[in-house]
Formats: sequence, C-alpha cells, structure tokens
Amino acid sequence: MSTSEKPRIVGAPVPRKEGVDKLRGRARYVDDIEREGMWYGATVRSTIARGFIRSIGFDRRIDWSEFAIVTAADIPGKNRIHLILADQPCLADGVVNHSDEAIVLLAHPDKYKLREAVDAVHIEYEPLPPIFTIEESERQDAIVWGPDNLLKSYLLEKGDVDSVWNRAAHIVEGEYRTGAQEHLYIENNGVIAEHSEENGVTVWGSLQCPFYVHKSLLAVFDLPEDKVRVIQTETGGAFGGKEDYPSILASHAALLALKSGHAVKMVYDRMEDLAATTKRHPSRIRHRTALDKDGKLLAMDIDIATDGGAYSTLSSTVLSRATLHSPGPYVCPNVRVRSRAWATNNVPYGAFRGFGAPQAVFAIERHMDEIAAMIGLDPIELRRRNFLHDGDTTATEQVMRDPVILDQLMERALRESDYYAKRARFVRENPACAVKRGMGIAAFYHGSGFTGSGERYLNSLAGLDVTPEGKVRVLVANTEFGQGTNTILGQIAAEAIGIGYDDVIMAPVDTGIVPNSGPTVASRTSMVVGRLIERAGLQLVAMLREHDGLGEHFTSEDFFAASELHRAAHGEVVSLCRYEAPPNIFWDDQKYRGEAYPAFAWSIQVAQVAVDTVTYSAEVEDFWSVQEVGRVLNPVLAGGQIEGGIAQGIGYALYEKVLLQNGHMANNQMTNYIMPTAEDVPPIHVFFEEIPFGYGAFGAKGIGELPHDGPAPAILNAIRDATGIGFRAIPLLPEDLFSELAACESLTEASAL
Amino acid sequence: MSHRPDCRRNIRFTVNGENRNVQVLPMKRLLDVLREDLRLTGTKEGCGEGECGSCSVRMNGDLVNSCLVPVLQAEGANIQTVEGLGASGKLHPLQQAFLDCGGAQCGICTPGMLMAATQLLSINPHPSMAEIREGLAGNLCRCTGFIRIFDSVIAAAADPNHSSEQAGHAR
Repeated sequence: MSTSEKPRIVGAPVPRKEGVDKLRGRARYVDDIEREGMWYGATVRSTIARGFIRSIGFDRRIDWSEFAIVTAADIPGKNRIHLILADQPCLADGVVNHSDEAIVLLAHPDKYKLREAVDAVHIEYEPLPPIFTIEESERQDAIVWGPDNLLKSYLLEKGDVDSVWNRAAHIVEGEYRTGAQEHLYIENNGVIAEHSEENGVTVWGSLQCPFYVHKSLLAVFDLPEDKVRVIQTETGGAFGGKEDYPSILASHAALLALKSGHAVKMVYDRMEDLAATTKRHPSRIRHRTALDKDGKLLAMDIDIATDGGAYSTLSSTVLSRATLHSPGPYVCPNVRVRSRAWATNNVPYGAFRGFGAPQAVFAIERHMDEIAAMIGLDPIELRRRNFLHDGDTTATEQVMRDPVILDQLMERALRESDYYAKRARFVRENPACAVKRGMGIAAFYHGSGFTGSGERYLNSLAGLDVTPEGKVRVLVANTEFGQGTNTILGQIAAEAIGIGYDDVIMAPVDTGIVPNSGPTVASRTSMVVGRLIERAGLQLVAMLREHDGLGEHFTSEDFFAASELHRAAHGEVVSLCRYEAPPNIFWDDQKYRGEAYPAFAWSIQVAQVAVDTVTYSAEVEDFWSVQEVGRVLNPVLAGGQIEGGIAQGIGYALYEKVLLQNGHMANNQMTNYIMPTAEDVPPIHVFFEEIPFGYGAFGAKGIGELPHDGPAPAILNAIRDATGIGFRAIPLLPEDLFSELAACESLTEASAL
Repeated sequence: MSHRPDCRRNIRFTVNGENRNVQVLPMKRLLDVLREDLRLTGTKEGCGEGECGSCSVRMNGDLVNSCLVPVLQAEGANIQTVEGLGASGKLHPLQQAFLDCGGAQCGICTPGMLMAATQLLSINPHPSMAEIREGLAGNLCRCTGFIRIFDSVIAAAADPNHSSEQAGHAR
C-alpha cells in the first residue's frame, strides 16, 4: 500500500477475530480443557497474617497415599517467584507474611475429594505482630520487609517548590485516599501443567504475559529455557489481574505435576481467587499547591504513599506510574513528588488497569475542584488556565512535541454534556428536591507503553510469517483477553501488507513458537507491538518485491504466490522486527527526568450524578468521555474499551469495597463484593478526536487504561457539586454519604455554595 | 477413583433438542453435568453462587443459574445451552448482533448473556431499554460496561430473522 492511499482495514469496524468461537461457546478456556490422565490441584493457605509455621499435620481420616503433596521442600530450583525482585516465595517456608499465603499443595485424580483434604491439613503457627495500614508501616510498628518496610521510593523535582510558598496568593492542601479494587474478571485464575523428563514443564493457562510465567518457571525448576513452555488459553478477562499472579499458580500446578507424574489442573473458585490473588494498591496522596492571584499554578508538592502488601510484586512500577501521573495535565514551574510504596501484611497488591494512575488522577482531579472552591474560580476555568499545551514541559521536563488538544477536548465535553445549562438547572432545582443533582469533570492523560527506558529494556521482537496453507500469521507473545489484540494486530498486518483481514491469522501464544514481544500490559499492544507488526508487514512486501517478483500493485493471490516462490527458495517466509525507540527519547532513571512516555493519550470525562438524601445512594445518571488516543484502529473495539473502563471506574468510585479482616478479604464473594450491573451503568457517550501519532501503528496510541483513570474524580466532583461536600476517599458507599450528609444540617444551604 | 456407584442415579433430560441420559449423583450441579458428563463446555462457571449468571441456561422456558440447580431437578426437563443457539453455518440473530455490535469481549460471560438475551426476547420481542437492563441484570460482564450488549439486543430485536427464529424455538 502506498502511503497516499486511504487505509481500508485499519479504522474499520471489522468483527472480532475470535468472535464466532466465543459466541458459539466453542472458545476453549483453561477449565474447558482436559489432558490425558489429568489430576486436580488445591492449595492449603495460611489462616494468619504473620507468623512462624511450627508444624504441618495431616489428619489420619484421609488416605494421603492417594494424594500428591508438595511443600517448599519439594521445589527443585529456587523457592522464589521472579518478577522485578525475587522476594516472594513460591510456597511459604517456615514463615508466613500474609493471610491466604500458599503453604501446601495437594493433587488428586478426583477434584471432589480435594476440599475435605485441604481442611484436613493442620498448620500450627507461632504468630508475630502484623501490620495492615500505610501508617503502621510508616511508623514501623513492626518491620515486615527489608530494613524499614519501604518497598520503593521516588523523588521527582522540577524547579524549587520551597521558594514559592511565601509569595503565593493561595495555598491549598488536601489528602485523598483510594481503596483496593478487585479485577473481578469473570474467569478466575487457572492453569494446567505437565512435567516430563524429556520435555520439562509445559503450562497452559489463563494469563497475560507468557514470558513472565516462563521466566518464573525457569527459576523454580532450575531448567534451561527450552525445557519450559507456556501456552495461553482463551482468557476470560484480566485487567492486570493475570499479569503477575499466573507465575505463582503455574509454578504450583507444575510442582504438583512433577510430584504426581500427571497433568494437573488448578482452577480457583471465586472465593479463593478473591482471597488469594492481587488487587489494586490502596493509596494516600497529599497535595500542597501554591497558586497566584489569577489561579495559575506556582508549585505542587505531592506526597504519595501506597500499600504494597507483603511482597514487592509490581509495586515499584505501579508507584512509578502514580508518581508520573500525579501532577495531572497541567503546567507548573515547580513540582516535587515524593512517593513511597510500603510493605504490610496484606495480600500482595499488583497490576490493575491504570497501574497507579487512577489513584494519582483521583487525588489531583479532586484537589483541583477543592482549589477552585477555595479560590472562588469555576473548576473548568481553573483547569483551562493551567492546561498543558504544545511546547510546554511536564513535571519531568518532557517537552510536549506532539499536539496537546485539551482545550478542544474540554469544549467538546462541555458541549456534548450540555454542562453549563445542566449545572444551572440543578442549582435551581436542588433546593426543593430530595434528590440533589450535580455535574463533575476530570481532565487527565495516560502515558502509553512502558515508563521511561522500559520499552528499550524490553527490546521486543515481533513479526509475521506465511503458512503453506496461504495465511499470514502474526507472531507475538501478546495475548487476547477481551481487549482486542487478535483483531487489532490482524487489521494492522492486513493493512500493512495490502491483503484481506481474513488472510491473517494469529499464531498460538506459545513460548515455543512466538518471539518475546513483551508483556500485554501498559496500553502498549496497539502502539508498540502494532508498530512492529506494521513494520514487519512492510518489510515482508519489500522482500517479496525484491526477490520474488511481487509487483507494485498486487492482489492477495499475487502476494501468496510470491510467498510460495520465496518458500521454495528459502524454506520459510518470515519477517521479524525489533523495537526501535522514537528519536529524542531520553530518560534519567535516577533523577526521574526526561521523556516519561513516548506518547500520551488525553481525556476529559463528565459525570452527571444524583444523590438521594433519603436513601443516601449516589447514582451516576449520565456520562460523557471525550478522548484523543491517536488513530482509532477499530471504532467498535475502541468504544468498548472506553465504556468498559468507565464502568470499572464507576465501580471503583461508588460500589467496590475490599473489606479486610486481619488481612483476609472478608467479602470474598460476588454476593458482597459489588460491581456495577446492567441496571447500574448510565448511558455512556464516547467521542474520539483523532490525531495520528507518528511512532504508533498507523498512528495509534494506547487506549486500554485511560478510561479507568477519570470516573472516580469526575463522580466525586459531581457529588460535591450536588451536595456541597467534597468527599476525599473512595469507595464512597451509602454509609459514607450518610455519615457526612446526616451531619450536615443545612444541605440546601450547602448546595448553593 | 470416583464416587460410590450406589449413590448415582439415572437422570434423563433433553439438551438442545437431544435426549440425554446420565448416571450421576443426584445433587451434582447441572452446570457440572453439562460441562463434565456431556462435555458441553460453552456454559461457564464464574462464581458458583448464582450471582454472575455465566452459567445461565434455559430450562423449560425459564432462565436458570445452572450452578444452583441440582441435576435431579432437571429430570425430564427441556434444556437449552449456548451450543443450541443458531444453526450450523449460520449464527442466531443474537449471536450475529453481538458480533457486529461488539457485545462480546473476553467472551466468558457471553454464553450466559446470550441465554439471558434469548430468554428476554422470547417473552418480550421488542423490549425497551429499561426492560433490557432488567432482563440482563442477573448477568455480570466486566469488560463491556454493558453498553454494547444493550446495542446488540436492540439490533437483534430489529433483525427480521429474529421473529422466525423465535417461532422456531417456541415452547
């Protein structure tokens, strides 16, 4: 395809590649798969949050000879899960550091015998004092990790914050808190593992990052790379929740496979998945902000603390993204962000869509409304006076080289939501009405791809080959879990080569077949991996033109005919491309300065909320989301990403509370961990402004995480607009509304403020 | 290595128009009988307690959570699962609408959602938005935010093939 031609496939609403299989119930998720002679595995977990393991006893009422039993002593390699650090054991050995930590594994041919067996393993502990909050960890009430409980810290400094306070017209302070959030993918975590002397370890599973699991298994089993194979099965939702945890579960199932000599399936039920697997990091973020008399930002002093749980998992990189998103989409000459991730004896927190940004965006965007109220400025106007524009620099002194169209996005959001007219109407109607309505806004960016030098370190390799059956195969380790990897990469390959969408298939995501194109995280698949596939397609065409007589203009038939000539001469038709960073990207990991991300996606969201002052329920009545994510590759999938992210964000704000008791999730059921249903979601209006990004596939930037960043602050800002009360913590449940609103004697007066 | 055979019972029912006969424990969940004994793995388990609706099937014209139905209750019943939707080579109008409108993402809630939508349209061929929301309220989807599922049901209800499909599945 010449560059002057209009894309035919990219930008079109082509159907989901694996859609028909999913709609017919034929898609094979891990629990749908059986292996010959397969056994089933289960896990015995700690019932206390911290202590020494004194003994492990096996009740005599069970015939243990029927079972395979695995403890830490059975691990052939290192008893460590290799992620960023390697501090988390695969199985607790002598000590437990959080509730529901795995201690003993059991396998049996009859899965219905496992529950009784798990209950018949008796573990005696010598308890140690646990800590469960950020404050207890900061105070070092107990040292539970490293020398000081500090998992990671960053300091980002621009200008000189402390020189500003004396000359500021306004100084506004605020503290904001966010709770844990469960991914609640509808398919729980699950894997099947096999082991043989000849082939080593093979794992099939519901997972996001096959090479993360691969790396972890190498260490646990002390095997060479070619003796571990990880294959992704159809994955029923992930949202970050299958980024890190599958490394643990895969190790467990593989240990049982080694011990039993059988394939072993481990699929968690909902209660186990909720109790034992990762969630979004809780946070406490403090802002101190100086402004001049016109409401222009002079200084931002930001202190971030997150609860990382008992082991480091991905807390350092989550904290990094929180740090880099904490100043919001604003220009400020003096910025200091001090951030710390603290260890506690809670179940380790991990990756979740947004990865630190939703916490940071909640704080800054709630804070902007508090500032606006304090200095008597309209919250929209305050944001406009401080928005980033082309040529401005961010807190890391990254120059905005690509267009930044926040003003345009804001105009569109205000127009589409009829923001000012609605606000005026609600101000008029609220005093006489028990249901108070309000409008709230959030403005934010989300950095696409790995932070800083991350993509350089990943050094991803991806490509295409042509099968003898006449299909182009996409060779990537990037996984489909609903967000559309198969479809988007299929579109990109077809467009780049100039063949039909149906001429492209996906290679199985199998570490024995595909190259390591990096993890499926960080909104990187379309932009970064898609770009590799685009380049691989162009390279493939150039190769066939040079060596195999492919003409300037060609049909799909011509292309596959030339491919067969190439195969006859070279044995295969393959085109691989390795990551190349966009030019002018510089990042200083020590000073936290430079190009934090190769690209940013931008969004303005507007929430219309109704607060019932009789029932104390808050309901999102309507929602608008305007965003710039570069080129939209598939409008149906892109719209679905935005809507789904917003629904999760609404849950984060108003519904979803992880209730911990002694570090154990007490509401680990769908009955009492509540997510928005079909009756709870408002109409969601989605609008894209498209500015193609020069270094993303056909102009794409990241999209998947962006929409989750804004709903919580937009909704709480709308509740402030409706009630006059600026709530500073999520989740905001009816009981929280009750305690504040009931205390507020004159609501009518407050809402007029 | 299985349960004592003396506890098992012979249970007969119809699944997707075929007579089936299974020897199982009478309290075994219908979900497990479908998935394990009949290898109809289209029906999914999400929560095991009737909250998420992933295991929804139609039984004698009602929508049920098959994780809450002991198979003995299905004796003689007429059951429809996702595998019974659409003809070979041709999708059911609801399946086609979910494909066109983006009603399925990760796909794990999709079989249950399709059964709930089939049930809704069978009793109310042209539902309002409020009726669609109510009809699908027992089926959780974590990917889509439901919006494109609503669009899919509306599109299927407007599909001229939809009414003939309904006639074909009349009970």
